Amino acid sequence: MIAHSIFFYTFSLIAIISAIMVTASKNTVHSVFFLILDFISISCLFIMIGAEFLGMIMLIVYVGAVAVLFLFVVMMLNVAQQKNQWLSSAKSSKHIPFGIIISVIIFFELIIVISGWKFKPDLAMKISLTNNQTITNTHSIGSVLYTDYIHVFQLSGMILLVAMIGAIVLTYRKRPGVKKQSYFSQISRESTDSVELVEVKNNQGVKIDD
Amino acid sequence: MINIGLGHYLTLGAIIFTIGIVGIFLNRKNIIVILMSIELILLAVNINLVSFSIFLNDLTGQIFTLFILTVAAAEAAIGLAIIVVYYRNSSTIDVEKIDSLKG
Repeated sequence: MIAHSIFFYTFSLIAIISAIMVTASKNTVHSVFFLILDFISISCLFIMIGAEFLGMIMLIVYVGAVAVLFLFVVMMLNVAQQKNQWLSSAKSSKHIPFGIIISVIIFFELIIVISGWKFKPDLAMKISLTNNQTITNTHSIGSVLYTDYIHVFQLSGMILLVAMIGAIVLTYRKRPGVKKQSYFSQISRESTDSVELVEVKNNQGVKIDD
Repeated sequence: MINIGLGHYLTLGAIIFTIGIVGIFLNRKNIIVILMSIELILLAVNINLVSFSIFLNDLTGQIFTLFILTVAAAEAAIGLAIIVVYYRNSSTIDVEKIDSLKG
């Protein structure tokens, strides 16, 4: 129990500090690195409380794909050197008190909700997907995901497909003046279009380029 | 303090959610950091769902965390594509200079 609480406080402290650094750091590349640190510590928390599959999926999806995508875009757009200076600009600093007030209000609302709620007494009867303790977490998620939630699963596949097509369509551009291979015109070329049989008369030769 | 319960995880989720909202409000320079703050907010929601799922011994929360992860990945891809297109057209992604809608 002691080890559990020590690990919880360590990982959550790292997560909170790196989340603050994501919003506060001046360099955008550093923000992306702190975002990666945040995801890693949260996935360590997930693995610690018993959701191993989700922790690993978080590592793969967020650190392996999303954070690398962010890093790609930050480095491609060359905005890493644009300073992230929301404290110095006079025009911006008007927004800061309102933002802090609204965020503090939201935080205290969440804390009030967390400290005041109770379970409904008949909640235990309503739990439909009991986590079976004899099989692993991945096994139990798989046995539910592909049976009860198959339609939602396929719908999320459609969402990913739409996102992929949308990203390609948004960033695709036709460049003028680029020589490209056209497979259709290559394959559909026939001998009658390009070769001509010429009757050659004696001692007169052949006229080309008429 | 020693016994880690559901409330500790929910408080962690609330803190990270608030940090994400602070990031959206206070960041007036770079729109990529706003996207990262949105990722932080989704992460806080995931923490809440997973901790409820573990402490109530109910798998539904983890299933929905998977779907939130999917939607977050799609949203990041589309948002970054829009940012790339915008940067190509106007060569800036400063929040203060994106004001063509005069909002």
